[in-house]
Amino acid sequence: MRRGVTIGLALLALLVPGLASSLACAQDELRVWHAYRGREEAALVEAARAFEASAPGVHVVLVAQPFGAYASKLGSAIPTGNGPDLFIDTHDRVAAYQRAGLVASVASGPLEARIAPEHWGAFRVAGEVYGVPLSLKGAALYVNLDRVAAPPETLEDIEALRLPDGVFPLAMEAESAYWTAPLFAAYGRGLLDDEGGWGLTGEPAERALTHLARLVERGVVPEESTGALVGQLFSDGRAATAISGPWLAAELPEALRWQVVPLPRVEGAGGAPMRPYVTVEGAYVSAEARAPEAALRFARYLATGPGALLRARRGRQVVTDREAWSSLGSDGFLARFREAAEGGVITPTHENMSVVYVPADRAIRKVMRGTASPAEALAEGAHRFEDLTRPLPDPVDPSWGVAALGALSLLLVVWMTARLRDPEMRVAIRRSMPAYRYVAHAALAVGLLVILPLAVGGATSFFAGRGTDMHFVGLANYVDILTARGGDLLGHGSFWLTLLVTVLWTVLNVALHVVIGVSLALVLHRPYLRLKGVYRVLLILPWAVPNYVTALAWKGMFHRQFGAVNAILGGFGIEPVSWFSHWATAFGANVATNVWLGFPFMMVVTLGALTAIPKDLYEAAAVDGATAWQRFWKITAPLLAPSLAPAVAMGSVWTFNMFNVVFLVSGGEPDGGTEILVSEAYRWAFTRGNQYGYGAAYAVLIFVILAITTRLTARLTGPSEARR
Amino acid sequence: MRRGGAEALAHVALVAAVAFALYPVLWVVSLALSPTDAPSPSALPLPTDPSTVHFAEVLGTRDADGAWLFGRQLFNSVMIATATSLVAIAIATPAAYALARFRFVGAEAGTKALLATQMFPGVAAAIPLYILLDALHLLDSATGLVLVYATTAVPFAIFQLRGAFEGIPRELEEAAMVDGATRFGAFVRVVLPAARPALAITGLFAFMTAWNEFILAATFLSSEESYTLPVVLQRYVGEYDAQWGAFAAGAILVSVPVMALFYALQRNLVGGLTAGGVKG
Repeated sequence: MRRGVTIGLALLALLVPGLASSLACAQDELRVWHAYRGREEAALVEAARAFEASAPGVHVVLVAQPFGAYASKLGSAIPTGNGPDLFIDTHDRVAAYQRAGLVASVASGPLEARIAPEHWGAFRVAGEVYGVPLSLKGAALYVNLDRVAAPPETLEDIEALRLPDGVFPLAMEAESAYWTAPLFAAYGRGLLDDEGGWGLTGEPAERALTHLARLVERGVVPEESTGALVGQLFSDGRAATAISGPWLAAELPEALRWQVVPLPRVEGAGGAPMRPYVTVEGAYVSAEARAPEAALRFARYLATGPGALLRARRGRQVVTDREAWSSLGSDGFLARFREAAEGGVITPTHENMSVVYVPADRAIRKVMRGTASPAEALAEGAHRFEDLTRPLPDPVDPSWGVAALGALSLLLVVWMTARLRDPEMRVAIRRSMPAYRYVAHAALAVGLLVILPLAVGGATSFFAGRGTDMHFVGLANYVDILTARGGDLLGHGSFWLTLLVTVLWTVLNVALHVVIGVSLALVLHRPYLRLKGVYRVLLILPWAVPNYVTALAWKGMFHRQFGAVNAILGGFGIEPVSWFSHWATAFGANVATNVWLGFPFMMVVTLGALTAIPKDLYEAAAVDGATAWQRFWKITAPLLAPSLAPAVAMGSVWTFNMFNVVFLVSGGEPDGGTEILVSEAYRWAFTRGNQYGYGAAYAVLIFVILAITTRLTARLTGPSEARR
Repeated sequence: MRRGGAEALAHVALVAAVAFALYPVLWVVSLALSPTDAPSPSALPLPTDPSTVHFAEVLGTRDADGAWLFGRQLFNSVMIATATSLVAIAIATPAAYALARFRFVGAEAGTKALLATQMFPGVAAAIPLYILLDALHLLDSATGLVLVYATTAVPFAIFQLRGAFEGIPRELEEAAMVDGATRFGAFVRVVLPAARPALAITGLFAFMTAWNEFILAATFLSSEESYTLPVVLQRYVGEYDAQWGAFAAGAILVSVPVMALFYALQRNLVGGLTAGGVKG
């Protein structure tokens, strides 16, 4: 990475004279980033105003960030001096932030005794503390008092609840490793073991998983739950209890009578309590803070005293300040969450924590959907985990890389001078001058802002590392990918298998786009059709709505229990389908979504091409007595083909790289099987321990495949449509 | 009689297709109009207890000082998307014209490079782009975002417009040049007006690129006053929970202007989309 950056900057330095230093910022401005919403955000705003009143001359600028882009944004903003002075985030990223040099160590100072040592400990890396603990986030049990007279003591009590039809005894995200970790903990297992290895091992983990599967099988817990679904079911009284965090309280209707208690014990695990993972939120002082002292002062203000009270009362946060609790004691809701958090496990900060969720989620899902036994699923999960945490390739002496680059540039220079010496070439170039006046600015803009970043990004594929800490490894990433990391070449998650899926995905989608698009265009092209304009506008609609929105709508429609597709099938007496548990149905769901998104484009292109076909051809054919079918194949199809070919080529490239649909609809389910190459690239770069180099190598391979394929197709179909 | 039957059949097919096209969108509308996010296994996208609370919530977003934040962000989106489409067209049009009319050294290589940009997944480019914009002092500015969006839209715009220019007879310009116009004058006064539908559609696509983009906007912009609407939309989806009702309402508000543009430009859409003769 660093080398890639250096190359990029070196090129830049040629183009942009004088990279001036960043603009100086007003000293008294304290920039604070957070991802809070609703009450928590309101409390933070109020605390900032109160702090300003107590510290004249300091102006706190709060910036709310979208959660989805938060971590990566910090990673790019802080090193370039565009980041905040202070930011609020969970403790489990502390190791990554510290390694990337994004955060400064903070002295616990006067707060040492006011916050529990284990909460300080959550922010400790190599003996130094890197954040001021603010609040605790963890799960507790919400109980609907109209459904259950007294809070159940054990999980088995909940299972035994007798409730009206359509009311679940327990709403929880049973398919997520984070939310099922408390059950594993009751059986004595954590997601990671003490050394940071795969923790869901042995008979205890299998028993926990069997127990979990039983909950879903018997309808105790809803299938395919999401956080939103858990909240909704509990809000409507359709769940007697729910496992959720403090944030749920804000969404509950006033009429609901509810109570919060720590998670229940599990009789099947010898009466041990379910222990949730507890996340400590803290205020991190940025390594590049312009006003580190003011930042620390504000962090301490938030953590204790009036700041803590504001956050607890307004923001309903379980604050870490011990003294605050003497005045908060009466707030039963928060006190219960604090109690639940004290019985929990502080999420390990080991770097493998960010990697363990995906294989663990998948193992859980396989068991829930009955496609694997607990032992098989866990063994597979362990294998996946090892694949993701395998040691990085050893650094290679970068000199041969530099030498290769140097040789290449030398060759290029030699070749160019040779061409320039050629008198014919000189004449040709002189003749091209007028054309250059038309293309120069486009070449500059695209070269600088599109091609250069792509080239630098491509260059990172020769580096390996997690996060920004990278070293040169030559072609090791490519070797790894192309040999399926030493595994079966067509085995699970291998490059070649994913390529096959991607090709099938592209062919199927484009074929359906063309068939549907052309058919609709032919119908719409009928000369005397009424309401033509209305139909046309309505049919273009899928194109006009942002695809990340409609992809999510489609995902909801394919939900096993609450989705519209199963509701429609149910109307025909068909059993509900669990769409994302089988490869064929999950792939089908992705294809349905993408066909829906893409057919309007093909339809419009066809409509345009149809207007160019002279009408008298049809009239002549009709005179000769040709049937409609013959007219289509003899006249329409051959005349459409040349104008559709470019649209098909473009559409194929777009579909090949259609990230949004695969990522948002199936998310690779089941078990990563419906992943396509570009979503694999994304996963390696952003969700599997930030292996940017590895992701970049996937991106380069995608490019090479597409470039070769288009070259070949152009050559095969070449002469007929090379020039119109 | 036979014509009537075929006509009826055409309507049946079209109504079925429209139902397919509208169904998911109606789910988004229904979600936006339902005050509680209650899921119900139903085949018909009907809101329970219709109300406009979610729309009011999204539209009425204000910042700490009471300024109308949503209005500000809507303004940002409109400005950025409009500027993107103007800049993209300004950059792409002359280049597309040159590729359609002139033979010059590097034309083929340039076309190939443009095609290549469409094949390389953008995943790898985000971080280098960030460093680049930072070096140019264009981070957290609308200018930077407009430049990035416009250049991203340029390759497709060039293909699109080159196809349109190739479809315009050379005789038109030649006649103008015989009458004393320069090459450039003929281009501006004769070719551009003839390519108006294609220009409108190219502009629409560039507009959509900017209007719907989220990842770069979220990474580059760092104050709420400078956010664009897709970034605001993502703020309704948190780590643990999501306000789907508000998200859906916001999604509809974001979609309405694009739908209106599609409606306004639908005539041009059919004639103007040449899909650009994308030939390597």
